Amino acid sequence: MPEVHDIQFKEPAAQAASAVEELQDMQGEKMVLNMGPSHPATHGVLRIVLELDGEIITKASPDVGYLHRGDEKIAENMTYTQFIPYTDRLDYLAPLANNVAYALAVEKLLGIEKNLPPRCQYIRVMCCELARISSHLLGLGAFGLDLGAVTVFLLTFTEREKIYNLAEALSGARFTTSYTRIGGVSRDTPPGWCAAVRKFLNEVVVNISEMETLLTRNKIWMDRTRDVGVISKADAIDYGLSGPNLRGSGMDYDLRKVQPYLCYRDLQFDVPVGSVGDCYDRYLVRMEEMRQSVRILHQCLDKIPGGFDNQTREPVNVADGKIVLPPKDKVMSGMEELIHQFMLVTQGMNVPPGEIYFGHENPKGELGFYINSRGGGTPYRMKIRSPSFVNLSILSHLLPGHMMSDITAILGSLDFVMGECDR
Amino acid sequence: MTALESASQIKAHFGDLISEPAEFRGEITIQLADAERIADVCAAAKKDLGFDFLVDISSLDNYGEDPRWTLVYHLRRLADSCELRIKTNVSEEKSELPTVISVWLTANWHEREIYDMMGIRFRGHPDLRRILMWEGYPYFPLRKDFPLAGKPSEVPDVAFTKPAPLEGGPFVTAPGGKDAIEREPRVRTPEN
Repeated sequence: MPEVHDIQFKEPAAQAASAVEELQDMQGEKMVLNMGPSHPATHGVLRIVLELDGEIITKASPDVGYLHRGDEKIAENMTYTQFIPYTDRLDYLAPLANNVAYALAVEKLLGIEKNLPPRCQYIRVMCCELARISSHLLGLGAFGLDLGAVTVFLLTFTEREKIYNLAEALSGARFTTSYTRIGGVSRDTPPGWCAAVRKFLNEVVVNISEMETLLTRNKIWMDRTRDVGVISKADAIDYGLSGPNLRGSGMDYDLRKVQPYLCYRDLQFDVPVGSVGDCYDRYLVRMEEMRQSVRILHQCLDKIPGGFDNQTREPVNVADGKIVLPPKDKVMSGMEELIHQFMLVTQGMNVPPGEIYFGHENPKGELGFYINSRGGGTPYRMKIRSPSFVNLSILSHLLPGHMMSDITAILGSLDFVMGECDR
Repeated sequence: MTALESASQIKAHFGDLISEPAEFRGEITIQLADAERIADVCAAAKKDLGFDFLVDISSLDNYGEDPRWTLVYHLRRLADSCELRIKTNVSEEKSELPTVISVWLTANWHEREIYDMMGIRFRGHPDLRRILMWEGYPYFPLRKDFPLAGKPSEVPDVAFTKPAPLEGGPFVTAPGGKDAIEREPRVRTPEN
């Protein structure tokens, strides 16, 4: 098979020489500065090559890919269920939400997303919203830390610790949860978990308010973020921004509202929208989204079928032995269950040929899975539309004209994760 | 306007270039016969039908089939959240089609990623460089003929890469592939 490429790559030495030439052309007025890939403000391994005129950025070219692991290639080589742990590592600040997004995408391909038991839907929504609070807490904490507000960081990490404890009680892991299964969740909520969530919600609102008193009317904070990194609504749409970054620019668009999945249709919540599109607006949107998530979680706890500890034994998985693993005791005693178990583990579920795209409102934006199946237990192609990747593509347009010190504010307000960007 | 009506309008505009809309799981897909017209179709979809948001561009490697590449564009109209998928094929000899950056700026990085991963070029792209792999990397890793374990390559002046041992790594279950004994050296008995 002949390799097709006619683009000539320059030798490293020639590249360096041309860079020197470019530098001399600037007659010492501008300088090129390399930021990252290992820099505290880049929240991971983002590298930005900046061209500076004094302290003003005249050109910025982001360089991503330092965390590329080839998740899409890996997905083509394993069954749908085996890929769930890889989704933990996309946006590793919100693994529960990634699990839900992936499971929903495969369920859409299977055509079973409408058959999900109500309790499973409520548990999944609670997972998503806990992940949203956790992700926003870290995003705002790191944002504050970069701009010198260390107290906020400590407050948010105290709260995040509680969410990790909840995730551990739910899935057995604090970080890499792998909680969902195709057609359900790996286990029901453990005894006392729902009550622990309620307790956490009552604590977190107090802390969100405290964070707000530290930041929202803080003179330094407002000076550093207001009218900095302004993204117009038209630009946000043109660059494909999603999530809080799109809403911060004044676009009222939330996939939970416009394409309701799971039980979001039955839940009351508001979508906060910014007016200016600057860093401050994106901060305010995230702050309010946490409050709305708390609101959603309270409703889930009130409405969850089966009650807190599932006294009525509501199912949490779809009743289809060809999709969900049978209970272990049945495997050892029933022929049909044994066959299902064997087939699911060795070959995976039998997915029909076809293609779907499912977009999920993740904390960072729209996490989408495009799955192309040719039948059988493995996807033929899986494309992950990662919100961080798309959100970062605006940097080369957004940064020029800003001061060097505004970069920390802009990067913090865009709230990206490189694990998801590079996949 | 539903996705189906939008697809019919595009078909009315471009005639035989566009296939009949296909529906699967509530999603509408149309196939564009000539990849050279993709920018025109996208521009018309944005201008006349209001598809202002490009969600994603994906690429497929139909290895062993002709044409080898399929490009998949996911369009969305934010006003009513209507979605439409446009697919078009590109042959391996050509491996090139026009860019849609002039329609949506977000296409920039999506197209760079496809060039990087599959080796399909976008004519008119202002900055068609690799994005996830490093500049100078000789292969296109998402092609079906690129092995999962990887190939050895040089990272200029820094390091080198080796194929991954895959020990405890991805459990390969491609249907019709080698069985576990063929695939996995650790389970081979000494006679083999």
